[in-house]
Amino acid sequence: MSTEVAPEPVRSRRFKFNWVDGFLWFLRVAALIAIVVGVVGSIQQFADGEGPSAAAWRDLIVSSISTGSMYGLIALGYSMVYGVLGFINFAHGEVFMSGTMVGLISATMLFENGFWDSNPWISILVVLVVAMITSTLVAVAIERVAYRPLRGAPRLIPLITSIGVSFFVQYSFAGLFGVAIRNYPPAPSQLSGNVDILGIPIAGTRLLVIGVAVVSMIGLWYFVTQTKTGSAMRAVAEDKEIAGLMGIDVDKTIVTTFAVGGAMAGVAGLLWALLFRGVDFLTGFLPGIKAFTAAVLGGIGNMPGAMLGGVLLGLFEGVGPQLVLAGLGIPAVSQLKDAVAFAALVLVLIFRPTGLLGERLGSEDRV
Amino acid sequence: MSLDPLTRRWGLIGGAIMAFTGAIGMLVSFDERILISPILSLGYLTLLLAPAIAGHMAARGKVSVLEEPEHDVAQGAQKGLVAGLIAGVFAVVFMLAVNPFDLSEFFPNINDRMFDMMTFDFGLGLGSVVLIVASALAGAAGGAIYGLDDEPREGVFRSAIWVILFSLFELVVSDVIEVDAIVDLIYARGGGLHIWSAIIIGVLAWWLGVRYKGRRAELTQMAKDSEAGSRLRWSLIGVAALLVIVLPMLVGGIVNELLINVALFILMGLGLNIVVGLAGLLDLGYVAFFAVGAYGMAVLTSPLSPAFSPELNWWVALPVVMVLAAIAGVLVGTPVIRMRGDYLAIVTLGFGEIVRILILSDWLTPFLGGAQGITRIPGIPLGATSVSGTSPELFIYMTMLLVGVAAYISYRTQESRIGRAWAAMREDEDVAEAIGISTVQAKLLAFVTGAIIASFAGALFSAKVGTVFHNSFDVLVSIIILVVVIVGGMGSIRGVALGALILIGVLGGPKSQGLLGEFAEFKLLIYGAILVYMMLQRPEGLLPSVRRSRELHQEEAAQDAWLDKKGSFIEEPEASV
Repeated sequence: MSTEVAPEPVRSRRFKFNWVDGFLWFLRVAALIAIVVGVVGSIQQFADGEGPSAAAWRDLIVSSISTGSMYGLIALGYSMVYGVLGFINFAHGEVFMSGTMVGLISATMLFENGFWDSNPWISILVVLVVAMITSTLVAVAIERVAYRPLRGAPRLIPLITSIGVSFFVQYSFAGLFGVAIRNYPPAPSQLSGNVDILGIPIAGTRLLVIGVAVVSMIGLWYFVTQTKTGSAMRAVAEDKEIAGLMGIDVDKTIVTTFAVGGAMAGVAGLLWALLFRGVDFLTGFLPGIKAFTAAVLGGIGNMPGAMLGGVLLGLFEGVGPQLVLAGLGIPAVSQLKDAVAFAALVLVLIFRPTGLLGERLGSEDRV
Repeated sequence: MSLDPLTRRWGLIGGAIMAFTGAIGMLVSFDERILISPILSLGYLTLLLAPAIAGHMAARGKVSVLEEPEHDVAQGAQKGLVAGLIAGVFAVVFMLAVNPFDLSEFFPNINDRMFDMMTFDFGLGLGSVVLIVASALAGAAGGAIYGLDDEPREGVFRSAIWVILFSLFELVVSDVIEVDAIVDLIYARGGGLHIWSAIIIGVLAWWLGVRYKGRRAELTQMAKDSEAGSRLRWSLIGVAALLVIVLPMLVGGIVNELLINVALFILMGLGLNIVVGLAGLLDLGYVAFFAVGAYGMAVLTSPLSPAFSPELNWWVALPVVMVLAAIAGVLVGTPVIRMRGDYLAIVTLGFGEIVRILILSDWLTPFLGGAQGITRIPGIPLGATSVSGTSPELFIYMTMLLVGVAAYISYRTQESRIGRAWAAMREDEDVAEAIGISTVQAKLLAFVTGAIIASFAGALFSAKVGTVFHNSFDVLVSIIILVVVIVGGMGSIRGVALGALILIGVLGGPKSQGLLGEFAEFKLLIYGAILVYMMLQRPEGLLPSVRRSRELHQEEAAQDAWLDKKGSFIEEPEASV
């Protein structure tokens, strides 16, 4: 990522006040008012004893955090690739999907011979490894075939390519696996109960999801900051040319980046299976876009930011409709979950284009 | 014999394609389409095309700028043979590897039908040998074709392409001919060309190509000459216009239906072309404006619109819809005005999805009908009659009228002040601003123009179908319009027309079938592959605009110049020695 700092002040002075700024301010204020009114309305409802109960709110928050941590893991892949190559790898959602789809084969096989129920931990580990390997291979293959020939192309070209790749992978899986939705075997009985944490009952699968996400995140953090390969990755993200001159094999490092991002997507694939069970060839599309939103929310190119953005986005789309929209008197708010996630993206880019933990972007990287 | 790594590589790629197309069920479903009556189906063509292309590429070897490529039939055939052999062996190894397991639970398309098809119905043992031999021969043929001299090679290609075109477009050809006796002469009853009619078409194509070669060169020369060139161009446009006017009368309802779809996508493609091709703003939520047009028209004209139904005349409603679309353009355009390329893409994608989700939601159901949609939208009143999808022969002209309007708008803006502002902005926003272009104004104008053109398409669409549902407006539509624009050539009007004709007409649109109904299941796979291929090999599109292709190939031109210099540099010391 270029670190050149543009002469921003001049720019902002030129746009002293025009109607675009006015409109954006109007949007900001309108969004804020809508949120405040909605929240107040929901609190009012809660005080009146209408709407979800306290326990329902708690469950909503826990499930949002677990879904969000899954988004966070996918978002890492977007963020890392963006950091190194500077483009949005639209096909990353499909990398995630490939992990869940192939993981399904191993899970079903384990389930059919009874191993799934007798040794749930080993089974989950097996599925995890299968999903990670698949996603890693798919990510690396995509890089090799589609993106490597495009080094140095104008920046929209890799983006358009990745849209094509995304479709190709989606419909390859549709052809391979058929178009029907398939279900993972039900979570092992040891996991399906509730676990008490500080007196709060939390569903076991959700706890496991959050745990796996945290462990993967720590592992990734160790890899990126403490190992040689990790510092090579950071160097390449900083400046490809100079990194090359320092004796770093840039191509190899980029492959590693895709591989690590793919592995994280594979982990997310397992988490998806634990949370939702049902998978089909379109599974990757929405989580992919939402994970990108999460990456932007946290500050693209920033890894803790991706994780934080994921959890926040999970909360926005899980709690947001109930908290804000229901307070505004809109019916059937859960239908609007995805719309809220996309609206969050738009609002983040209007309010704080660099994301929450984002660094100051140079002129090239201005959003 | 040492194996050329390039040959091995192409052989493996060919084999992988064979195995892949088999595993996704493409071969089996293509096998139902017969091209040449008893001997060749689309499935086998696909199966053997992979090793043939592998052989061709292996024979081509590394393309160097400095050396003239060699053309040698025997050498080409030999390399192709090896590549085809590798491909065949790969495919057989794949079949033998998956055969012992019952994979139908996970991979429904790896089944007996696939094995039967890939082994030519000879059983796995003998069939494997047959597949390897056939693949090797196909590879050899592909390699040998590369080895031919220019003239016969072009002849072979031309014959093959015409035979395939005639057999693929059986429907159109027999629709145009209409006389059953002649159709039966060309095509067999069960579909596909007769062998001898295929041969005649091939020979004819070859002969006509050779016969008119000189004439063609003359025309190319003429096109370069400015005065004669412009006369030629205008006569070409005249012929095209005449064809466009006459064709709908000649063909039947099905083909007209198809042409309407193509025209609708040309319309939307022209609109998106302004946004993406001219102004360089990658809009992935373009379908939102199409939805505004369609739903706007539905609410204004249908008697069954839930909340508000003025039951206007289509012509009266059109300006209202245009205004609505323009407002939508400003609403979407303003927040994204400061965003750079890829963020803009994702945010517009988000807007597109938000629109669809809102249409479907209970919240807006009282206004837009939710999942039930809005039905009984009247057709376009034209004199005493009302033109709708039930009379495609008339509707196509209605669509063409608006396509003409959109094409005129695109054509006139391209070289106008705003068109040049767009081009400048596309190449470098900061510089454009520095030379006094208001990028805010230019971007909004691009969004608004694009939105209005999309609303034309929406208005036509709702009048044609008579109903609007949320699922006609998902993100797929945006992407497919984008593919149409990119394949045709960003920034080029004829490019968009060609792109829509090839993609929507032949492969089919998001919800509609194209001429090749067999492709329906795999069309999005093919769309994806085409998009990637175009970006890697020909990012400027099939019929590029001159300016755009210059932009994309600037670097290459610089490289060529450098290589030329390098060439002369190498020669120099030799001369001095």
